[in-house]
Amino acid sequence: MANRVAIIGVGQTFHTSKRPDVCIPELCNEAVRAALEDAELTIKDIDAIVVGNMELFEGRYHQDLWQVDYVGSYHKPGFRVTTGGTTGGTLPCTAFFCAASGVFDVVMAVTFEKQGEGDSRAALKTVADPIWDRWISTGAIGTFARLGSWYMKESGATEEHAALVRLKADKNACLNPYAHLKLNLKTVEDVLRSEMLVPPLRKLDMCPTSEGACAIIVASEQKAKKLSKKPVWVKDWVEVHNEARYNRGDPVSLENLEKAALTIYRRNGITNPRRDISVAEIYEPATWAELVWYEAYHFCEKGEAFRLVEKGITEREGEFPVNPSGGVIATNPIGATGMIRVAEAALQIRGDAGAHQVSREVKRTFTTAWGGSSWTVAHLLSKSVD
Amino acid sequence: MSGKEATAPYIVQGRLYVPYFNYYGALASEFYRQLRDSKKIMGVKCPSCDKVYMPPRSVCAVCFGNLNQLVEVSTQGAVLTYTVIHYTYSPSYQPATIPYAYGIIQLDGADTGFCHLLGEVDLDRLSIGMRVEAVFKDQREGNILDIKYFRPVQK
Ligand SMILES: [Zn+2]
Repeated sequence: MANRVAIIGVGQTFHTSKRPDVCIPELCNEAVRAALEDAELTIKDIDAIVVGNMELFEGRYHQDLWQVDYVGSYHKPGFRVTTGGTTGGTLPCTAFFCAASGVFDVVMAVTFEKQGEGDSRAALKTVADPIWDRWISTGAIGTFARLGSWYMKESGATEEHAALVRLKADKNACLNPYAHLKLNLKTVEDVLRSEMLVPPLRKLDMCPTSEGACAIIVASEQKAKKLSKKPVWVKDWVEVHNEARYNRGDPVSLENLEKAALTIYRRNGITNPRRDISVAEIYEPATWAELVWYEAYHFCEKGEAFRLVEKGITEREGEFPVNPSGGVIATNPIGATGMIRVAEAALQIRGDAGAHQVSREVKRTFTTAWGGSSWTVAHLLSKSVD
Repeated sequence: MSGKEATAPYIVQGRLYVPYFNYYGALASEFYRQLRDSKKIMGVKCPSCDKVYMPPRSVCAVCFGNLNQLVEVSTQGAVLTYTVIHYTYSPSYQPATIPYAYGIIQLDGADTGFCHLLGEVDLDRLSIGMRVEAVFKDQREGNILDIKYFRPVQK
C-alpha cells in the first residue's frame, strides 16, 4: 500500500489573455516562487520536479529541457508528463505517485499555458489521427454546442440555465484575485446578449484562452507533518483514459467522467456526493459541460442538473459549492487549468482562499480535469489525515 | 486498381503550419534592444555567485536567485570550441551554405560561452582560444542574427 501524502504548498500567477512582460520560463518561475513562499520552503527542500503543459500550444514542446533553471530543477530528478487537457490534473497525480512511492519526500509539480504564443488549432491537428480523424477534426466549440443541444432536448433545460451557470462563475471569479475574466455580469440577459458561436453555445458560455502558471508542492506524510502547519491530505486519485476516436462513438462521451467519479466514491465510502463532499472544483470548459457533468459525476439524478442551478445549490454559499474560484469558464490556461482546481481545493480546505472562501467548514474536496476524448482525472483531498 | 497498386501500402501525407509568437521576456527584450540600437552585448550578473551569464537569463541555475542586473560585456572574446559543417541541413531551418563553422564563444567580461557562426575565416585555420569579434548586421531587427557572425579579430 502506498504511503500517505499531502499538499503542503500551492502557487499560481494571475491569469490574463496575454503576458507580454514574461517569457514562458519566467511565467513558470512566478508560480514556483509563489508555491515555495506559500509552503515556507526554499528550492533546496524540493527533491524532484515534474512539469507538463499542452504540447506545441506555444509552438514548442519539451519544456523539461528549456525551463530547468526557472522551475528550480537544475541537477534534480524529474520528468515531463503531458496528457493533453488533463495535464494539469495528471501532474498532481504524478507528484502524488512520486511521494507515495517513498522514492522522494518532497515533490513539486509545475505547469503553465501561454496560449497567445502559438496556434492551438495547429497543435490539436497534430493530435488527431492522420488516417481517420485529421481530415474532418475541428475545435472544442462544436463539441460543447453539441453537448448543449443534446442536453436541452434530453432534460428540458433552456439557454437561461446555461446563463445561470455563467453568472455563478462570474460572481465567484470577481472575488478571486487570480481569475482571468471578471465581467460583473448582473442578469441572465447580460449573458444571453453575447454573440452566438454555434447554437446553443454563446461566447459567454465558453471558457477564455488564458495565460498563467500553477505549481503545487507535495510531501510524504512524515515530511508533511514536519514541514507544514496546514497539510492538505490526498485521499485518492484516479485517471480514466480511452483511445481517442473523434469521429466515432458516443455523441456526448460521459462514461469516462462517470467512471472517474464512481471509482473515487466507491473507494472512499462516498454514497451521497453532495453530503459527503464539501466543495467541488471541476474542469468545466463551457456552461453546458458544467450542467451535464453534474449528472455524470452523480451530483444529482439524470436530467436534474439545471434544477440544481435554478435553486442555487452550487453557488459559493449554496448547499454544495461547485467552483467557488470561478472555474474554467472564467480562467483557462489549459495546461495549468486542472492543477488550479487542485490548488484552489487545497486553499478551501485550509481556509486560505480569501474572498472566495466558502464559509462552511471544508472537510473534503472533489476535483477533476478533463481533456482529449473525454479523458477524466479526479482527486479527493481531505482536511484530516484519516 | 490492379496488380501492384492494389496491394501497395497507403500513405497519408501532409504538412502542418505551426506558427509561434514567443515573447522574449523582460531581460531578453532589453538585450535585443541594446543589440539592435547600440550594437552592445549585455550579460547579466548573479551577485551571489559572482558570475556574468551571457546570454542573460533571469534565474541563476546554481543559487535560484532572480537576476536583473544587466552588464555590458565585450564584443570580442575567445573561441572555446568549434566545429565545421560539411553537409546541408534542411535549408528552411538552416540556410547557411556549406562548409561553414560554428563556435562556442566566451566574450570578455562574461563567464559563460554561447553559440554563434564563425565567418570571414579560413576554416582550416580555426583554433581553440582564437580571438574573435562580433560583426553586426547593418539593418538590425532585434534577433540573434543582428550579429552576422564572429570573425578573427582584425589587427
Ligand atoms: Zn547565482
